[in-house]
Amino acid sequence: MNDTGSIATPVAPFATVKKPPSPSALSNALVFGWRAVLKFRHVPEQLFDLVMTPIMFTLLFTFVFGGALAGSPREYLHFFLPGILVQTVVFNAVYSGMGLSADLGKGLFDRFRSLPVWSLAPFAGLMVGDVLRHLIAATIILSIGLILGYRPDAGVLGVLAAFALLVAIGFGMGWVFMLLGLLIRTPTTVMTLGFTFLFPLVFASNTMVAPATMPGWLRAFVEVNPVSLMTTAIRGLMNGGASLGDVALALVAPVVLTALIAPTILWLYRRQ
Amino acid sequence: MNYSASLTNVATVEEHASIAISARGLVKRFGAVPAVNGIDLEVRRGMIFAILGPNGAGKTTLMRMLATLTAPDEGAAAVMGHDLIAEPHAVRSVIAMTGQFASLDEDLTGRENLLLLARLWGFRGREAKARADDLLAAFDLSDAASRQVKSYSGGMRRRLDIAASLVVTPGVLFLDEPTTGLDPNARQGVWRMIRDLAEAGVTILLTTQYLEEADQLADRIAVLNRGCKIAEGSSRELKTAIGSGFLHVVIADPARLDEAARVLEACLGGSPRHGAEGAELSIIARQPAEANAALSALLAKGIKLSSFSMGSPSLEEVFFALTGSDVETDAGDKA
Repeated sequence: MNDTGSIATPVAPFATVKKPPSPSALSNALVFGWRAVLKFRHVPEQLFDLVMTPIMFTLLFTFVFGGALAGSPREYLHFFLPGILVQTVVFNAVYSGMGLSADLGKGLFDRFRSLPVWSLAPFAGLMVGDVLRHLIAATIILSIGLILGYRPDAGVLGVLAAFALLVAIGFGMGWVFMLLGLLIRTPTTVMTLGFTFLFPLVFASNTMVAPATMPGWLRAFVEVNPVSLMTTAIRGLMNGGASLGDVALALVAPVVLTALIAPTILWLYRRQ
Repeated sequence: MNYSASLTNVATVEEHASIAISARGLVKRFGAVPAVNGIDLEVRRGMIFAILGPNGAGKTTLMRMLATLTAPDEGAAAVMGHDLIAEPHAVRSVIAMTGQFASLDEDLTGRENLLLLARLWGFRGREAKARADDLLAAFDLSDAASRQVKSYSGGMRRRLDIAASLVVTPGVLFLDEPTTGLDPNARQGVWRMIRDLAEAGVTILLTTQYLEEADQLADRIAVLNRGCKIAEGSSRELKTAIGSGFLHVVIADPARLDEAARVLEACLGGSPRHGAEGAELSIIARQPAEANAALSALLAKGIKLSSFSMGSPSLEEVFFALTGSDVETDAGDKA
């Protein structure tokens, strides 16, 4: 490829090009969302990272432990699949923090910040990417569940409601890792910290097993663990029997996190 | 703001309109350490202005403040007549910045990177595509337009990065070390591009560690050291002040180094700078004839040289001439 730096007759680009009318904040945010979509097209392997662990968990738990835990793999899958969806979405949130950290490290955000655009548009774009990521990953896991014999008792509507709640959960958890991504300039450190924090949270919950056989102190934690509350709600929505209270409890952590961390992030970003 | 009051005192309205950047007393501290310690700057429109200095001199911090990326702790500045602090959005609409590290999305293609920016600026659909393709063609990147940026060479990245700054013609273009890490060919290409842009009326503020680059490109040069401006002028003015020729000698017998230094001092005036290698001395020699005389004087004393050369001063020598002390860098890798 030509790398002599020779420039063709410099007419068009150097002729003065005026700024078109300023686009709206929404339009800015959508452009950043488009960037997230392009990322999926160019780096499809990121999807592999997202779904490989949950797929392995699903297969492993269903066929290795399922019989022992719930009598039969099929019965266990009924219990476990909604939980693995919560786990997938919560783990996914780490990746948006990693992406932000990588972007900031490369100076890409310097360009965005020196543009006359709505200063929060890049974050809105990240959120669009996150929502897509959550939906794609959850759809893949659900499809595998369906193939393995999972049947949602609450039907299509229940599944749709569960997906809406999953997106809200992912949105709320996403802020934690965006904050880490903003503060830590090494993407792998963001990942390590993220998983160190998430592993106990996800495992010490009712995602994989009912807490009935756990020691009392652990059960006390599991019962208030936000991941348990989310799993209970998603399980209820998909398998039937969810109450409005379950959904509200599941939303407590995402709402609190959004209310606390989103303003912090905006403040940090503007101050930097 | 007392800054605007002082500006009206010194400049008529007409002069005001011809000034692209004016800054008074800019200070930025990181912790207790001032990265930029009270810098005044005035850059006229259409000019190529170079900020020359070693690593850690505060070049990038100064540029980031002027590009609204870092808020100054003290001082005030206006870019194309817009106050930096009061109207950052207005400043952003007339500037573009190409940072030291390619500010591109490596995963996207060259065309997608430009499209992204064109859309952020407000170009729609076909307009945005046309703008991206124009820029790709002008920067000789049409063939690589559909490839991901991660496959680009250093020179191609730099070109795309600069193209990305020209989606809308900026009033002021900030270029942070535009040729650092490029091979000589690619560097020439970037220089040509910078000259073309200046010709088209874009004011260019660039930082560089290379004296040659400032000399080749800039109408005016400010020399920065440890957060302060230690000299400013045209390349010729600085050279007259510093001396355009430097005589370098390496003494064969290091024991006679001090004696050799005294001889050079007597012949050429000013004190010679001791090089990093030990038995090396360099000193301003305005004329080759003066250098010749100094060399003869050394030989007449029986001081043997293992080598000598005459050349333009290095950045280190400029600093020595301006400050009387050697460049201090954090890492020491570029010293």
